[in-house]
Amino acid sequence: MTETTDTAPRGAAATRRSSADATHKGRGRRGPRRGPGGGQPRSWRQSPLSRITPWLFLVAPLALLITFTYIPVASMISYSFTDWDGVSPDREVVGLDNYVQIFTRPELFRVFFVSGYYLAASVVQIAVALYFAVILSFDLRFRNFFKGVLFFPYLINGVAIGFVFLYFFQDGGTLDSVLAWLGVTTDHPWLGDPTSANVSLAGVSVWRFTGLNFVLFLGAIQSIPGELYEAAQLDGAGRWKQFRHIIAPSIKPVISLSVILAISGSLSVFEIPYIMTGGATGTQTFVIQTVKLAFQFNKTGLASAAAVVLLLIILLITWIQRRLVPDDKVDLV
Amino acid sequence: MGKKSMALTGALLTAAMLTVAGCGGGGGADGETAASPADPNEVSGEIKVLTQRTDLVQKGVMAKYAAEFNKVYPKVKVSFDGITDYEGEVKIRMNAKSYGDVLFIPGAVAKNDYPKFFAPLGTTAELSSKYRFSDKTEVDGKVYGVAQFGTANGFVYNKALWRKAGVTAWPKTPQEFLAGLKAIKEKTSATPYYTNFKDGWPLVQWTANNGSVGCDAQAGNALAGPVSPWKAGGELHTIDSLLHDIVKQGLSEKDPTTTNWETSKALLAEGRIATMMLGSWSITQMQGAAKEAGVSPDDIGFMPFPVQKDGKFCAAVVSDYQQAVSAYSENKSAARAWIDWFTEKSGYSATEGVVSAVKAAPMPATLKDFVDNDVTFFDRSEAKTAAVNDIDDAAEIGLNKPDYRQKLIDTARGAEKGSLEDFFAGLNKRWDEAAKTAGS
Repeated sequence: MTETTDTAPRGAAATRRSSADATHKGRGRRGPRRGPGGGQPRSWRQSPLSRITPWLFLVAPLALLITFTYIPVASMISYSFTDWDGVSPDREVVGLDNYVQIFTRPELFRVFFVSGYYLAASVVQIAVALYFAVILSFDLRFRNFFKGVLFFPYLINGVAIGFVFLYFFQDGGTLDSVLAWLGVTTDHPWLGDPTSANVSLAGVSVWRFTGLNFVLFLGAIQSIPGELYEAAQLDGAGRWKQFRHIIAPSIKPVISLSVILAISGSLSVFEIPYIMTGGATGTQTFVIQTVKLAFQFNKTGLASAAAVVLLLIILLITWIQRRLVPDDKVDLV
Repeated sequence: MGKKSMALTGALLTAAMLTVAGCGGGGGADGETAASPADPNEVSGEIKVLTQRTDLVQKGVMAKYAAEFNKVYPKVKVSFDGITDYEGEVKIRMNAKSYGDVLFIPGAVAKNDYPKFFAPLGTTAELSSKYRFSDKTEVDGKVYGVAQFGTANGFVYNKALWRKAGVTAWPKTPQEFLAGLKAIKEKTSATPYYTNFKDGWPLVQWTANNGSVGCDAQAGNALAGPVSPWKAGGELHTIDSLLHDIVKQGLSEKDPTTTNWETSKALLAEGRIATMMLGSWSITQMQGAAKEAGVSPDDIGFMPFPVQKDGKFCAAVVSDYQQAVSAYSENKSAARAWIDWFTEKSGYSATEGVVSAVKAAPMPATLKDFVDNDVTFFDRSEAKTAAVNDIDDAAEIGLNKPDYRQKLIDTARGAEKGSLEDFFAGLNKRWDEAAKTAGS
């Protein structure tokens, strides 16, 4: 991004740099060197117009961010202290009542057991994604085709995936037909009992999100300099050793990011089970439960409190995880 | 970050806050009555009608109604807004002022809030003599909505299949009904009963039988209190036990979790499904599906809930959505004119095969079997519906939501642990506890 700025007018160049990289040392070092020749380079900070330029650039994204993220979150937090039903112009402030209710109703937390299925699935998901990312980072025939195949599901809309897999799991649907070709005839209703339904739904989620993990891993792996492999090969390291000692350590931050995403993702699963089962047959997740509280039973206040609690739980887990696995700087050389 | 930037951020925030403040709030309704216009040629203006029938809007059926309407009221311009997720979307729109001129009252709006959102249509005395169900929207002697139509609930069935199974007379008890389904299972290859578990809302249709079972117009109101609705002998007990037994005895579809409403219509018409619990509004749709499949629409039958009182079947007619005029409408009398015309003169109820909200109107052709067989019709009172809904929400049961019946079906087919008795006991407990706290 900063490469092209040398030819750009001064103000814009400075702006871009300052917004892209706001570290002081960067500015101090590069500022004078980059200035086009001719006279004493006046610092861009001195011109009032230049000073507000970065903010002009930021107006649109900030306005969107504030309007669609921070204000709704702030209202949600304020609703969580009321008994609002979602429509009525009147609402009463009830203090911490909603939170007390949430923490005194253990059945509201029972749905987190369902998240266990998705958490287990995300382990599989990360393993599969890592496997394919490593394989496809080596020179392989049709590798771009396979990359496309793996990433494709992530591009499909979650609602569409829900519908597709509804037909897939139907009695006599795609899965049953494929199994029949393989000589396995089963009369099992895939979404019929809680265990099978949750496993099936978690499977769909693996299918959908493997592509995302895969691309993250692949990107990280491809940033490893090629000489390292060469050197390792000269030293007689095989593929496994290359993975173990070069690839794995260098993509550790990405793996740890994936784990955080996986945990927060499995706590807040929504789309796929909501479309496919609507939370019936023991597939209700915490978010589905919250949506139902708000929109079926008109307890917007309680549901907002539940959403805040979920947010706090995810923040807490992320914090614990960061304490357990600190984000070390990777240094291969 | 310099001082300037702080100021800028502040300005941004303020601007954003102002925008939000501008959207929210809003003045109260002035309580002006949306009176019927005296002279059709005098009333003018543009009105927007919100509807959940997106299909009718897209096919231009609603536009045809509007054209007919314009023959009487030439100066009123009607436009439609078809909304798929009607409940969810309108509820949100009602936080601002722009929710059309004519709309259906969403279930989420508390009855006490009606005067804040809708214009009164007249006094109870005026409206109740003319329309059914006016008690549903009555607040302090004023009525805020006119029912779009009413429906009687019962089982839509494929006559040919039931005949093939040797059942020609309507079953008079739940046991006879179950025996009939069993005969269908044995003698035909059809699915005796289809739950539509996945789509969910067809399960809600069972609730509308509350009233038909005991031939009691007050059955709905009777739930307003800690009355253990699922106690033995209660109407909901009878209704939900029948559904439970159907599933438990394996008389429903094999995999309920992947059912599909749209296909189920054709399956019933073609004779691959024998029976479904639905409202009378569904009969014309089934007949349509039969025509499309090239089979006789005459084979689509409708039978009342299999319980008799004093040797007669009963059918409670329950109210569908209530049409109301927005309190913020600028053309209230034009909006009222539309409601009057649509309810009385449009012929919509007859076309859809539903019970007209006009008391004087005859029963629709779809309910001919009921009329011929001397089924007792009565309007189920909705006077305490609001209180019942409050308890229902507080208990998080959802009489008009599919969730608890999905759980019932799961219990029946063994996907969920527990017995029917425990399940009912749990519901009763939740209901009674909620009744003690809600609405007090």
